[in-house]
Amino acid sequence: MATDDNSGKDLTAADSGAGHDPANAGTAVVVRDAVDNPGFPPHRPRVTDLNPSAERRAERTVYTLFYLSIVGSVFAIAAYMAFPIVETDPGSVRLNNLFIGLGLALALLAIGIGAVHWGKALMSDHEGIDVRHPVRGSDETRARAVEIFAEANEESGIGRRSLIRNSLIGALIAFPLPAVVLFRGLGPMNENPSELLTHTMWTKGTRLAIDPTGTPIKASDVTLGSAFHVIPEGLQDLPSGRLEEKAKAAVLLMRLKPEDLNELPERAGWSYDGIVAYSKICTHVGCPVALYEQQTHHLLCPCHQSQFDVSNHCEVIFGPAKRPLPQLPIAVDSEGYLIAQSDFTEPVGPSFWERH
Amino acid sequence: MTKTNTPKPARVRKSGRRSPLASVALIAIGLLFTGGAYALFSTSTASAQTDASSQQTIGEGQKLFASNCATCHGLGAAGTGSGPSLIGVGAASVDFQVGTGRMPMQMDGPQAEKKAVVFTDEQIAALAAYVASLAPGPAIPDARYLDAQGDSAKGAELFRINCAMCHNVAGAGGALTEGKFAPALDGVSAQHIYEAMITGPQSMPVFNDMNISPESKRDIITYLKYLENNPSPGGYALGSLGPVSEGLFLWIFGLGAIVGLTVWITAKSN
Repeated sequence: MATDDNSGKDLTAADSGAGHDPANAGTAVVVRDAVDNPGFPPHRPRVTDLNPSAERRAERTVYTLFYLSIVGSVFAIAAYMAFPIVETDPGSVRLNNLFIGLGLALALLAIGIGAVHWGKALMSDHEGIDVRHPVRGSDETRARAVEIFAEANEESGIGRRSLIRNSLIGALIAFPLPAVVLFRGLGPMNENPSELLTHTMWTKGTRLAIDPTGTPIKASDVTLGSAFHVIPEGLQDLPSGRLEEKAKAAVLLMRLKPEDLNELPERAGWSYDGIVAYSKICTHVGCPVALYEQQTHHLLCPCHQSQFDVSNHCEVIFGPAKRPLPQLPIAVDSEGYLIAQSDFTEPVGPSFWERH
Repeated sequence: MTKTNTPKPARVRKSGRRSPLASVALIAIGLLFTGGAYALFSTSTASAQTDASSQQTIGEGQKLFASNCATCHGLGAAGTGSGPSLIGVGAASVDFQVGTGRMPMQMDGPQAEKKAVVFTDEQIAALAAYVASLAPGPAIPDARYLDAQGDSAKGAELFRINCAMCHNVAGAGGALTEGKFAPALDGVSAQHIYEAMITGPQSMPVFNDMNISPESKRDIITYLKYLENNPSPGGYALGSLGPVSEGLFLWIFGLGAIVGLTVWITAKSN
């Protein structure tokens, strides 16, 4: 077991430090380990220590790896020029990324592997001990530190000039406030967020339209087993906030056999001849629920596998969602187009602060 | 002058008639005429035949139906407890279900799965003609909507809105409830994709022509064929299943490589 000079000193210093520390009866700690230090296993020379040709071979491997790294770097540059990204051809991105990546990977891996191999096979491998320094400073150092603080306090006057100190603390507290105000600006302004979450674009008489074209839907177009992805008519013409409105107003329209539909008595007039419209926004965390199975009439949310039974007013039959999907009351206007009777009668989507 | 000149063209004509190429040309023209006439004749008889025998095709389909399908779907296709009525499902439905091997069903399960096709094209056409004769329903789509020459970008948008939630945005398929699944769309023929949209087989909802117009269906098919024929720009797609397969790959090979390197770095050199 070889210890270098520094380590030897440190070891004695550490030991003497521990010895001098006066320990109270209550906080005394057993310093010595019950298990004896087994020490290092006997030093075993490597092949490269004994066999000069093995040593030369290891050296050759290391510098070959470093040369390979240079080749990799050059290859990456060459690949960047040889496989440019052509805007009209998505396949060119693939070749460009692949070959640049391969070159860079070779360049970096070869340096790493070469360095590790160098360290393991060629660098001196005798075992040594570096003992940790004691964490606690010497008494002089500690006294000097206290002195420095006292001196700084004296010179700056931070303890004495309380007006300066307090105004500085105030300034530091005020500094992050603009960020808070700026972040607030990302949310809806001059409007109550809970009010916004409670209402959607649907109103009495809004026609149901096909996503994305905005073509209004006639009741006769919705054949049995159909599923229509619906937006309110006029959504595409909104000057701004189209996505925000769509995120709340998206609706799935389905036609079931009227006898398959088990409607709540208070929602008796909400469907039309087996056509029902439900919010597409999951009541769990707001994913679009649109995996409709037309034979079982089950709706599956792809994010967390909540299942809703369309034939049974979209009640939750599986998964983490707690509320049924809100139903949009629909009717037919004089021209045969499907219209909303009103907005959703409850907020769509997941719970928020004012809604549990 | 005129006397000496007149025999010349006659001689030219004479030698032209005797040219060996003349007989070849004559034979070629003769063959063209007979071939064209035969083709005309045969097509006219063929169309006449289908017209005359459509009743016969329906009869053939009825026989095939009675011996292969009636057990579940009932005689007259009115449906039984173990199979739905096929009245009004149309030729497109039969062509899809039988043409992809989903019907006849092998066994009861969460859903009828794609397998080797049992019937020949003629038999499928006969079955389709029989079922279509029972009541009007979606017909086999027109070939002009199946050429995959539409607008793939518009098709991609429609696919994302109407199809991607079940079939995956890259058409790789996905899971539904209780063992059912939306199949992968890679390698499905344009005709079968179109028929699935208009008939809504099994769990799939119907997307009729009012919902997605035939031109838009053509765009969707164009998008799917584009995906099929162009490599993924991101490299190997790992089945396009997203975080599941990609995470698993990294978990096994990425972490495996890190563990291997760590073991190598810390091992003593011999």
